[in-house]
Order: sequence, then structure tokens, then C-alpha cells
Amino acid sequence: MEFQIIWFILWGVLWAVYFMLDGFDFGAGTLYNFIARNETEKRMVMKTVGPVWSGNEVWLLTAGGATFAAFPTTYALMFSYLYTALLLVLFSLILRGVSLEFRGKVESSAWRKGWDLGIFLGSFLPSLLFGVAFGNIFQGLPMDENGYHGTLFTLLNPYGLLTGVLFVLLFLQHGSLWLAVKTGDSLGERSASLSNRLWYALLIVAVLFLAATAFATKLYANYLQNLILCIVPAIAVISLLAIKFFALKADYLKAFYSSCLTIVMVTFTGVIGLYPNLIPSSMSPEHSLTIFNSSSSIYTLKIMTVVALIFVPIVIAYQIWTYRVFRHKTTPVDAEEESGFY
Amino acid sequence: MDALALSRLQFAVTSMFHFIFVPLTLGLSILTAYMETRYVRTGDEIYLMMTKFWGKLFLINFALGVVTGITMEFQFGMNWSEYSKYVGDIFGAPLAIEATVAFFLESTFIGLWVFGWKKISKGAHALSIWLVAIATNLSALWILLANGWMQHPVGYALKNNRAEMVDFAAVVGNAYGWLKFFHTLFSGYVIAAFFMMGIAAYHIMKKSNLDFFKRSFRIAATFGLVSSLLVVVVGDFHAKGVASTQPTKFAAMESLWETKTEAPLNLVVVPDPENERNSVEAVKIQGMLSFLAFGDGQAKIRGLKEFPREDRPPVLPTFLSFRLMAGLGVLFVLLSLTAYITAKRDKLETSPALLRIMLYALPLPYLAGQLGWIVAEVGRQPWIVYGVLKTSDAVSKAVNDTQVWASLIGFTLLYGLLAVVDVYLLTRSAKKGPDDLSGIPKAARTKGV
Ligand code: HDD
Ligand code: HEM
Ligand code: HEM
Repeated sequence: MEFQIIWFILWGVLWAVYFMLDGFDFGAGTLYNFIARNETEKRMVMKTVGPVWSGNEVWLLTAGGATFAAFPTTYALMFSYLYTALLLVLFSLILRGVSLEFRGKVESSAWRKGWDLGIFLGSFLPSLLFGVAFGNIFQGLPMDENGYHGTLFTLLNPYGLLTGVLFVLLFLQHGSLWLAVKTGDSLGERSASLSNRLWYALLIVAVLFLAATAFATKLYANYLQNLILCIVPAIAVISLLAIKFFALKADYLKAFYSSCLTIVMVTFTGVIGLYPNLIPSSMSPEHSLTIFNSSSSIYTLKIMTVVALIFVPIVIAYQIWTYRVFRHKTTPVDAEEESGFY
Repeated sequence: MDALALSRLQFAVTSMFHFIFVPLTLGLSILTAYMETRYVRTGDEIYLMMTKFWGKLFLINFALGVVTGITMEFQFGMNWSEYSKYVGDIFGAPLAIEATVAFFLESTFIGLWVFGWKKISKGAHALSIWLVAIATNLSALWILLANGWMQHPVGYALKNNRAEMVDFAAVVGNAYGWLKFFHTLFSGYVIAAFFMMGIAAYHIMKKSNLDFFKRSFRIAATFGLVSSLLVVVVGDFHAKGVASTQPTKFAAMESLWETKTEAPLNLVVVPDPENERNSVEAVKIQGMLSFLAFGDGQAKIRGLKEFPREDRPPVLPTFLSFRLMAGLGVLFVLLSLTAYITAKRDKLETSPALLRIMLYALPLPYLAGQLGWIVAEVGRQPWIVYGVLKTSDAVSKAVNDTQVWASLIGFTLLYGLLAVVDVYLLTRSAKKGPDDLSGIPKAARTKGV
């Protein structure tokens, strides 16, 4: 197989895993102020995301780093074309990071209220912005040999916004299921019932998105050419239905896993549709950034493949292990514990 | 200012800000891990208190290192897209490896360390902070190999309108990068040692938690003495590396205008860049500069005038930063030696002057580190990749002045705010001193940090 294709697959996997993992942090962070009724419950939420959010975020850094190493031209043009949008992502991620880390450091309710707002903004904005960004990538950016012809506001088109809403809902669903699994007591129950209601909204938006994609993008072309690929969006749909199926049986762990699968498959659906582009040009196809015209040399790709084959499995192994260490439900008693650092 | 000047300023602001936090991380992670290991080995609770107290300061600092690092990772594409396109084939690899090899390890195990006190065994818990320490040091290695490549490009060929990697081993084995790594690493250790000594000195002066802080001071003094010696030794090698690979930077560091054999070291120099000369040169040691640069008192050193004006870096900042850094380096050796001896003889409480000096010396290693980066990065100008790509050709074409103004102002405000919060939290926790564990039943003491 060509190395560009290996890296295209890896590129898709990195984004999919990133959304799957940080997705529940974003969802829980967006819901957090609304769903946690008192300080104890807030701490319960903190204890579920605290140990893992930063390791989840590194998937983003790796997705960015892999884009740089494997497709430097795409990295260079995408990041400079989407300058202002990425700046907003950056500021929100910075805000989220410090809010999570500093919230518990001073015993004062005004202090905590300030950081609570930071957690909300820093979780909600990236969900929306990543969706808008990917919606626009699916559509293609207005670029030709003279560079980019859009602004921040070009990105806020209906399809981009629809994808933004889709991402927000996917992550809200994901985050509420996470809380349903990870917290006990009434907080867990409330999260579960919220996720049950959110599901309908998600379903509606997902249907709209699939329909709009046919008109706004060329993503389906690859599927029409190669029908076997349709299995990926099919799994996305089935796993979306499976969320409801398991939720009705009150098996929230399985519902959460289904939600993981939904997010991964939705990402794959988009990425497969893009192939062989990383960023299509909406102006003229020959100015699209493809995995072939924007890649690193084969030599560099080979080296990076070796690195990825060795280290990514190791990373996955120890991350799974830490999730296992923290697998138990957080209870109000845990949250009340002398918390020192948090 | 245009997008180029603004992007340069923004890079300077954001990287210097990142570098306020990361060097402390490099050293304090090791010191904290050492203390926890002592606790696991001896069972002595004072080491547990130490782990928790210094660990808390470590975490406050660490958070900012992490969030400001994300900016660094994005900026190459956002502001320096021509650069990223041109050298991404080589430069992207170490960054991606850094994320895969180091960031994952550190971010995952820091979560385990903070939340895992009751969940994993004592040994595994201590191991997780060691993994964090190793990972942060590894992350410095990869980023500095990347930067080392910009300073002294190796293992590449110019083809397909860009620089392509042809020899990965050469990029990874780049001696310049390894010098940078060790020098920066040890400088981070010095920062951590002075940080710990400064805070400990404050408490010893106040006579609070004496045993706790005297032990901390002793550990830090030993660490500081070794590291500050190493910084100076590696720094000397580093200067030799610069002399042989970046003649313009070396000439600017020394403000040397004329090419000379048996070049002297002038202890007092006042540069006059306008007129391409020094208005004052005094206290001359004949042949010393040649010796320092090439290990040979007779060696020829090229002066700035040998290079066209547009190929020279700004002399004044490079020169002044280098002098001040090196001067501080010598001062740190003396200070940590004094601190070490005093601590060893158990005379700390009766040496108020030393304690006061150590408290006020706390920010100085930070300053030295920032100055070092000014030498390295400003001294590399006008090149972004020495001899290969000019900074002016590296800036993003698609980004306009207004966008960079907005981001620069945004960063300045946000980072300013973060700095205030961070300093507030650090001073608050540092002044408060360690939590007393003696009131807590033994079984509960390792709970919930
Ligand atoms: C505590 C901090 C500290 C101290 C005391 C010193 N340095 Fe330093 N120096 C650094 C912290 C630093 C640094 C932050 O780590 C730099 C910035 C870039 C780099 O690679 O290391 C640096 C850069 C740097 C460079 C430029 C590297 C380049 O251009 O790539 C040279 C030549 C030296 N140092 C030499 C010295 C000498 C001869 C010192 C003492 C006598 C000295 N440094 C003390
Ligand atoms: C964290 C420590 C660092 C500090 C404090 C620092 C400082 C600076 C400063 C002051 C400048 C502006 C120089 C000028 O324009 O005159 C600069 C530029 C730059 N540095 Fe660094 N730097 C650091 C690390 C790095 C590393 C590790 C890399 C690469 C891996 C890097 C890449 C660059 C680039 C791309 C520029 C912009 C172009 C240029 O002006 O040369 N820097 N840095
Ligand atoms: C200018 C180029 C640089 C880039 C692109 C960069 C990138 C990053 C990123 C993305 C992080 C956050 C990692 C996380 O989320 O876990 C980070 C943190 C860190 N960086 Fe930098 N950095 C740069 C310069 C430096 C320098 C010069 C050093 C030290 C010599 C350094 C050492 C560290 C350390 C020790 C941390 C904190 C611990 C860690 O996350 O590994 N970085 N950096």
C-alpha cells in the first residue's frame, strides 16, 4: 500500500479517536454547570474528567503533529487559511485547561464560579468550532492558485453551522452518557434521563446532516463508486440507534460504547468521502490539497510509520490501563474527600 | 508593523511565555519524584509531606506549561506556513514524535498521579511521577532537536522546491541539538533548584516548618550545585558549537567586528553598531576568545564586517543577552556552592543574609534562560533555518496584519491574565507551607491528594 494512504488512514483515526475521547470531556464540560446541582456534584463531575482530559487532548496534538509531519503543505495552508477560527479554538482550549486545573485550588465560591464559566465556554466553543471547521472541510474551502478567498464569516455558512450543531449534540449525548456511567446517585440518573431526551435531537440533526451532505458536498461520490464503503455510514446509523436501544434497557455502559462507535464512524464517513483530498477546493478541483500533492517525502513517511507502529499501540495500552484504574463510579463520598490538589 | 514583524513579535511573546513554565517542570518533576521515592523507600512521612507540598506547586506551574504549549504547536502553521511548507518534511517529524512519545506519556500519568493516590500501590504511584519526569525531559529532547535543526540544518537535501529529509539519523544525532538539549535541561534544573531554595529560604527565615524546609533546601542545594556547574560546562561547549556553525551569531555574541587571529576576550565592551565598531574595549585577555571558541589561542575568528549587513543579526540584544547569561551562570555556581556548604554544615538558620539572597535570587535563573533564548533566536536572524531559509520568506502569505494584530493582542491579554493567576496561586501555596499530616489518622494520610 502506498505510504500516503497509510497516513491518510492514520490521520482519520487520530481525529476519530480525538473526538471520541475529548468528546465526552467537552460534553460533560458543557453540561456541567446545568446538571450538577451543588458543589458535591460538581466535584463528582471533576473527578470523572480530571484524570483523563489532558491525555485525551494529546490526541489533538498528535493529529496536528501528524498532519505536519505527513502532509506539511496541508498543515501549512489549513492552519494559515483558518487562522482566526483556529485562534478561537486555541483560546477556548487554553481556557478549558486552566479552568479545570485551577478551579479547585482556592476555597472560595466566587473563584469557582469564574472557572465554572471557563469550563463551559472552553468545552462548548471547541465542540461547535471543530464541527464548523470539519463541515467546511467537507464542503471544500474557496482556494485557488492565489490562495484563500474566504474569511471567518465564510465559514459560518448553513452547512458549516449544521455540522457544528451536529458535533455539539454528538458530544452532549456522549458526555451525558459518560456521566450516567461514571457517577452514581441522582446525578447519574439525571444524566441518563438527559441523554435519553438529547437522543431525539441528535437523531433529527443527524438525518438533516446526511441529507444536506448530498447537496452541499461531494462526499458521497466515493460511496457511489464503491458501494462496499457504505458499510461505514451504515455502522454509524446502526450505532446511533443502538444508543437508544441500550439506553432503554438502562445499560448505559453499552450505550456509551455505542456512542463512541457513532462518533468514530461519523468521522470516518466524512474522511472516506474526502479521499484522496485532505481539503478539497470549492473553486477548482485541481487546487485541492490531496494526500499526494501535499505529502512529505516517502522517506519521511516511512520513518513516521515505524514510529507510529511502535508507539501508538503502547499509548493505547497505557491509556486503556488508566481508564481501568479509574473505572469505578464516583460517589458523593469520593467527592467530599479531602481534595488537596483539586 | 506588518504581518512579518507582528508574527515575529507574537512568536517571541508566546514562546518566551511557554518557557517561563517548562524549565521549572523539567527540574521540579525530578525533585518531586525523588522525594516520593524516598518516601516509598523509607516510609518517613516527612517525604510524603514534601511530595505533596512541592507536587502542588509543580502542578500549578505544569498546567500553564501544557496550555501554552498547544499554542506553540499550532503557530508554525498559522503564522509560519511558508516555513512549514518548506521544511515540514524534516521539521514536522520531531514534533509528531514528541507528541507520540512524550506528551501522551506525561499527560496520561500526571492524571494517574494526581487522582491515583488510593487507587494504585505506593510503588506504582511513585513510578507514575517518574514517568512524568522522564516524559517531560523527552519532550524537551525532541523539541530541541527540532530547534537544533533550524540552528544547524543537517541530513537534508533541497529538492521538489523544499528541504527534504535524506538522513533521519543525522537529524536525530545532530550534535548541535544535543548540546542545546543538555544545556537547556540543566538550565531547567538550575531554575528548579533556585525555586526550591528560594521558597525554603523564606520559610527558614520565618522559622516555620524548619525541619521540612531545611531538608528541602539541602536537596535543592545539591541538585543546584551539580546542575549549575553542568550548565556552565555545557554552555562552553555550546559556544564552541555556535562558533563553528554560525559565525555571524558568534561574532554578534562577542560584538567582534574585525576578523582576527589570536582574538582577545575583552571583559568590558560597549558596542557601537552604527559605526560597526566598539566604542569601548577594555580589560583584554589576549587569545582568550580564540581559545574559548576553538580550543586554540591562535585560531582565526571571523568578524561581522566580513558578512554583508543584511546577513548579520541584531548585535546589541545578542551581545548583551549573552554577556548577562554567562555572568549569571558564574553567579549561580558561586551561590549554589555557598548554599550547599552552608546547608551541609547545618548553618542555614544562622545565615540570614544568605537566606535573603537565595530568596531574591529565585527569578534570576528564569532571566538567564530567557536571555539564552534571545541569544539563540535573535542571534540566528536573518535566518529562520540557518543558511537555508530567511525569516522574511517564512511567514504565512494568507494571513494579514489585522489578523495578527488581533491574535497578538488576544495572546497578550490572555497570557497576562494567566500569569497573574499563576503567580497568585504559587505564592499563596508557597507561603502557606506544607499541610500537616500529623492530625490525620495514619490510614487516611495518603488519601485524596
Ligand atoms: C539558567 C539558565 C542558563 C545559564 C546560567 C546559562 N545558560 Fe546558556 N542558554 C540557556 C540557559 C542558560 C538556555 C535557555 O537553555 C539556552 C537558550 C537556547 C538554548 O539552547 O539554551 C541558552 C543558550 C546558550 C547559547 C546559544 C545557543 C544557540 O545559539 O543555539 C550559548 C552559546 C550559551 N547558552 C552559552 C552559555 C554559557 C557559556 C553560559 C555560562 C557561563 C551559559 N550559557 C549560562
Ligand atoms: C521556548 C523557548 C523559546 C524561546 C523563548 C524562543 C524565543 C524566540 C524569539 C525571541 C524569537 C524572535 C526572534 C526574532 O524574530 O528576532 C523566536 C523566533 C522563532 N523561534 Fe524561537 N524560541 C524558543 C524555542 C523555539 C523552538 C524550540 C523552536 C522550534 C522548534 C523555535 C522556532 C522559532 C521560530 C519558527 C521563530 C520565528 C521566526 C524567527 O523570527 O526566527 N523557537 N523565538
Ligand atoms: C517552540 C516550540 C515548542 C513547541 C511547538 C512546544 C509544544 C508543546 C506542547 C504542545 C505542549 C503541551 C503538551 C501537553 O498537552 O501535554 C508543551 C509542553 C511542554 N513543553 Fe513545549 N513546546 C515548544 C518549546 C519548548 C521548549 C523549548 C521546551 C524545553 C526545553 C519545551 C518543553 C516542554 C515541557 C517540559 C512541557 C510540559 C510538559 C509536557 O507537556 O511534556 N517546550 N510544549
